Amino acid sequence: MNNSQVLDVLVIGSGGAGLTAALSAKEHGANVTVLSKTFPTHSQTAQAQGGINRAVDANDIASHVDDTLKSSHGLGCKETISLMCNLAPYTINWLDEIGVPFSRTKEGKIKQRPLGGASSPRACYSSDYTGLKILHTLYDTCIKNEITFINEHMLLSFIIEDETIKGITALNINTSEVVEILAKTVIMATGGYGSIYSGHTTNSYASTGDGIAVALKYGVEVSNLEFVQFHPTSMLGNSILISESARGEGGYLVDQYGNRFVDELKPRDVVAREIYKKIVYGDTVYLDLRHLGLEKIMETMPQERDLAMKFADIKLEDELLPITPAAHYSMGGIKTDINCQTNIKNLFAVGECADASIHGANRLGGNSLLEIVTFGKIAGKNAASINDNYEYKSINDIQVSDTQRIDNIFNMEVNENLYTIKSNLAKMMFKDVGLFRNNDGLIDALEEHIHLLNQYDNTGIEDKSKIYNKALVEFIELQNTLEISKVIITNALNRSQSCGAHFRSDDES
Amino acid sequence: MNLKIIDKEYSLEDKVDTILSALINIKATQNQELTFRSGCKSGVCGSCAVVVNGVEKLACTTMCKNEDDIQPLKNTKVIRDLVVDMSYEEKFLNNATGYLSNHQEVTILPEDEKIIDIQSNCILCHSCFSSCPVYEVNPDFLGPFALTRAFRYINDKKESDVKEHIDSIQTNGVWDCTLCGNCSMVCPAHIDIKNDIMKLRNTSAQHGHMDPAFSSGGMDFGGGFDTGGTPDFGFNPNF
Repeated sequence: MNNSQVLDVLVIGSGGAGLTAALSAKEHGANVTVLSKTFPTHSQTAQAQGGINRAVDANDIASHVDDTLKSSHGLGCKETISLMCNLAPYTINWLDEIGVPFSRTKEGKIKQRPLGGASSPRACYSSDYTGLKILHTLYDTCIKNEITFINEHMLLSFIIEDETIKGITALNINTSEVVEILAKTVIMATGGYGSIYSGHTTNSYASTGDGIAVALKYGVEVSNLEFVQFHPTSMLGNSILISESARGEGGYLVDQYGNRFVDELKPRDVVAREIYKKIVYGDTVYLDLRHLGLEKIMETMPQERDLAMKFADIKLEDELLPITPAAHYSMGGIKTDINCQTNIKNLFAVGECADASIHGANRLGGNSLLEIVTFGKIAGKNAASINDNYEYKSINDIQVSDTQRIDNIFNMEVNENLYTIKSNLAKMMFKDVGLFRNNDGLIDALEEHIHLLNQYDNTGIEDKSKIYNKALVEFIELQNTLEISKVIITNALNRSQSCGAHFRSDDES
Repeated sequence: MNLKIIDKEYSLEDKVDTILSALINIKATQNQELTFRSGCKSGVCGSCAVVVNGVEKLACTTMCKNEDDIQPLKNTKVIRDLVVDMSYEEKFLNNATGYLSNHQEVTILPEDEKIIDIQSNCILCHSCFSSCPVYEVNPDFLGPFALTRAFRYINDKKESDVKEHIDSIQTNGVWDCTLCGNCSMVCPAHIDIKNDIMKLRNTSAQHGHMDPAFSSGGMDFGGGFDTGGTPDFGFNPNF
């Protein structure tokens, strides 16, 4: 084969982690391409609102490490967390230098605000559009650095030989053709799996854990999938995220009688459970920002005000906003070491798709943006430094089998509606594998999962067009979410003790 | 509720709130072939812009009303149904130098940050692109979203090489705009693009550039003509 067609670095996923990794790999001399299921700026990173953590001064770094470690409930690795917290000033500085317009103090310093579970106000922010502004600035910088993008292509399979990654296959969404992309190194930055809880998640419809599902299929080590973070405040009815910065800036949580019932700045798992307990007993819980006043709301959280106006016709300066917890962040993922390396040679993972032993059982607000940029840089640099001889024997084998797989989906008789299976999976996962879990509920979930999987295996898609077949994409995404859900349920069943976001109501220890 | 989507009529029994919920409901229960993009469902990913009753809107933040007419974005090729070709995006952003060229160490104050705050909320939904009449006559026009990026970096105090940006928006750029204001009307991020383009013209003039129509003595279309947009310079009706 012609080695000139082999990329040095292929990044899969175009959110903050993927774009940073691509820029870093390019900076270190590699030939890089980014493969995206959507378009670069359509990714989940755009929805991060509250901020990105950095210790307030050098003395605070140790506390940043301790807060993160404490919130991980023993599942975080101190060395990795320490690296992230120590690099945070450099990460923020780099983002500032490429153009991220951070909010400033009157002295010209980057403003910081408190978020839950933090002993200091560490979250640097750009009003409440922090993720959006970081993502778009990264994209602009990618254009400046002539990063190549392959958009609207969905990862299907890994090509692995001798325990070493050789490339991938992907579905060209525009044509339904399967393409093979060869690379010396692959960086997974495919995001989380919150969309399993569709209807009860703040996440994008596209967050279907595709990379983790493919990793599971190929024996790439995956860990801690049962740890799903439920964000305390999403809007009731549509699960649209209302940032933790609303509480960080002094907002209250109140019950239907107007009484506060929880310390609003406890870690997310604790606050979310306290809210959900009220809701289960028929109470309505509200976010109360009225005492902050219009000026402060407009200055520090214009997006929250806009969202409340658009979706609930509520003015936050005058009215209470009904809220409910919703699945928000996937702590588990592809297991990586401090170098972002997986157990497969030359395969790296970074961001929400990875479990880098940072967030453990519960992520702190402001640490995910920090992780994706800090470790995105590390993943890109490490991938670019690999200069192995590239050999590839099984030319086109997987491309042929994946093409057959796509043909089979098109030819399969339709016996069930894929969207009904998807919706039933989401309802079951939220009910039995949500904020509160117990043995009986998890066994029910496992049985229901077998039933849904059977339905899935016996159906296909009604849409037979080869052009931009969204149903085909969603059919493959459903398979990915079914694979991941099975592991979440099994792990949750086996982990009989409560730990962070994994709360067992039948744990009597 | 009755809806027209492209050339088909649909009747919805279920209660839906937004246009996007209606599209998802129809795809799941009536017509699996109906094709559209969607993502964050909260107005920040920029994937679901469509034309509703003739005006560009984000499907996810627009409440659905009886007899709504939903069409794909304009000025570009339709790939399928409501999915349009967006592959021109990178080219326009690159041609308009929509990035920080050369960082300089300076103190940024809150008032500096405010100048580019709204502009840096652009979600690249392409609503402005679709609403722009210039594309009917000039497919190479850098257009509203790329000029917004240019504005955002030209006015970023961290940029030391403003001239490079200014030079890149002269050809098929600021002078080709008709100042109709459609882009400002449709922007879901409340960016007053027309006003920013007028400011970019002033900045261009300060750097020695001139309106080519004026300098060649020809007819001045660059001065603006009314295509039905707002006549008030600088007024953003979205606020």
